[in-house]
Amino acid sequence: MRGLSFDIAHMLAGSLVLVSFMQLYQDRLYALLNIYALHALILAMSVAWQAFVQDAPHLYLTAVIALVFKAIVIPTALHKIIVKLGIHREIETVVGVGPAMLLGMGLVALSMVVMLRVTAKADPLAREDLAFALSVVLLGLLMMVTRRNAVSQVIGFMSLENGLVLAATGAKGMPLVVEISVAFSVLIAFIVIGIFLFRIRERFDTVDVQALDRFRGERR
Amino acid sequence: MTFDALAGVLLIPALAACLLAALPGYRLTSRLNVLATFLTCATAVSLFVVEPRSGPYLLVDDLNKVFIVLTTFVSFTTSVFSASYIGHEIKIGRLKPTYVRFYHAMYQVLMFAMNLALVANNIGLMWVAIEMATLTTVLMVGIYRTHEALEAAWKYFILGSVGIALALFGTILVYMAARPVIGEGPEAMVWTTLVTRAATFDPALLNVAFVFLLLGYGTKVGLAPLHAWLPDAHAEGPTPISAVLSGLLLNVALYALLRFKMLLALNPAAIAPGPLMVTMGLISCVFAAFMLYRRRDIKRMFAYSSIEHMGIIVFAFGMGGPLANFAGLLHMTMHSLTKSAIFFAVGHIAQVKGTQKIADMGGLTVTNPVLGWGLVLGVVAIAGLPPLGIFMSEFLVVSSTFARSPWLTIILVFGILVALGGLFLRLNTIAFGEPRGPTAPADASYVPMFAHLAIVFMAGIYMPPALVTGFQNVARLLG
Repeated sequence: MRGLSFDIAHMLAGSLVLVSFMQLYQDRLYALLNIYALHALILAMSVAWQAFVQDAPHLYLTAVIALVFKAIVIPTALHKIIVKLGIHREIETVVGVGPAMLLGMGLVALSMVVMLRVTAKADPLAREDLAFALSVVLLGLLMMVTRRNAVSQVIGFMSLENGLVLAATGAKGMPLVVEISVAFSVLIAFIVIGIFLFRIRERFDTVDVQALDRFRGERR
Repeated sequence: MTFDALAGVLLIPALAACLLAALPGYRLTSRLNVLATFLTCATAVSLFVVEPRSGPYLLVDDLNKVFIVLTTFVSFTTSVFSASYIGHEIKIGRLKPTYVRFYHAMYQVLMFAMNLALVANNIGLMWVAIEMATLTTVLMVGIYRTHEALEAAWKYFILGSVGIALALFGTILVYMAARPVIGEGPEAMVWTTLVTRAATFDPALLNVAFVFLLLGYGTKVGLAPLHAWLPDAHAEGPTPISAVLSGLLLNVALYALLRFKMLLALNPAAIAPGPLMVTMGLISCVFAAFMLYRRRDIKRMFAYSSIEHMGIIVFAFGMGGPLANFAGLLHMTMHSLTKSAIFFAVGHIAQVKGTQKIADMGGLTVTNPVLGWGLVLGVVAIAGLPPLGIFMSEFLVVSSTFARSPWLTIILVFGILVALGGLFLRLNTIAFGEPRGPTAPADASYVPMFAHLAIVFMAGIYMPPALVTGFQNVARLLG
């Protein structure tokens, strides 16, 4: 059984990295949002599996939070925001799809090299989970860098947070306080972002972050 | 049950935040804000008299006592300044009364979050507190809702969250390193336990964890090249928030970094955290010093000066050893006091002139002598001229590190001198010469500014032995 449970955890964490890659090349906001929902769904499954494997019932709560908030509530709300703002057109990426994918692969390779080497003594499950989690974090970071649109930057940030949750659940026995607060902080972050998006709309009729870059105290 | 000061520094701001969110009227709430911060400060000082026991969640030791007292004191004086500053902002209609209520509540939430970060005995709890402080300041920076304020807040939010996310990853790795030794569960995230067992942790994991923590919390400290959010956030938010950001929030992030540095220092097989910190500190110091020359916005200029000084402080702590740590600690205290005094002056100056552009200011010592000379004194202090406190602390930093690595210290001195030139170049335009712009008398509260400057002046001439012993204890603790 040990082998099977390891394989399933491995598969779920690996799928998370794969879905992160899928996010990188989505050039429409709706599609991106759907992929993000899938990302959160896989995260919820992965966390639930960890809860089962580690026999840690409190992790089911984290899984439910991931499922309800991240896979359902937040995508739905963002969907509404997108409709309201009328920005379901294409996203302009700063870096092309090809280079972005290559960069992504480089980052995944980097995180494998770093994490697998330093965690040689840890148990294999936590080890692989951490390596995958770092990949997801770095891919989320890459996405934030390669997008100009405020909504897709936010999605990049949320997938980064998913990577953190993966890492936290992979670390066996990490206290509940932290998991709830992680989920909670994502919620707060979302509220902040929501307010910001509306304010940005109110002021400049765009959510393109480039439009924000026009003015800075120095120029003029 | 006796009164627990540790709970006090958390409960007072929390209660005040609820109260201030509910109460209308600017006069009443600004006074309540001052009262609440004063009570918190008094409670914090009482930590020196009766030291409460540290529990599994809250901790008090020599290191965080210094930080807590500094934080609560500066937040008290800032709230006095804020009362007159916000009064003026309402009068000219820049801030709506509803936002003032929000502003005061957020101010107290920020105090709560910073105090929690300082007293947390659990690395997860500390992370949550710093995240909370970040989100609060994001909201405060964007409070004017102008184009520039929103840009600044958005940039701060994105960079701040990425920093915080990296710090969480580092925190998880520390837990992973501690788990095989301490065992599963909350116990493996408690400072006091971690510190006693740190020598037996897996060094490789600790190394990677520290890199993440340095990048994560380093973003919040404003170390170059992760500083991009800092000048914007300082320039576009209300000036009391610039003072709190510069004087306090940077310190809180630094405190987190120092705690983890202590952890690493206890493990003989782990990398020495010093060289990393020294490098980042030097880069920040020299880079920010050069950036001072091209500034046209007065608040942005002092924001860069904060990056420079955080660089010096991180350099001092990175070098380590009782003397350099003492110097770093003193410099941090002096910088907090001086920089917030400067922001108090700058806030009123910007209100008098109706702009933050340096080109539109001039001859302040003639038109508004008190404010003008206050700013001159502040800049003289921050540039590190004798006999003020920052001269003392910079001198100590330089003299305590010169014998060990002269070349690094020469780079540091170079940065300090470049910064001095930049600051005086701009000060000349602002304070002296032909008066420019509106010259109305300022409706200002001078007490906080001169109180800070007086302490800085005092520290440059005479340091009470009790303070010296206290700082020495902390410096030894830092290793």
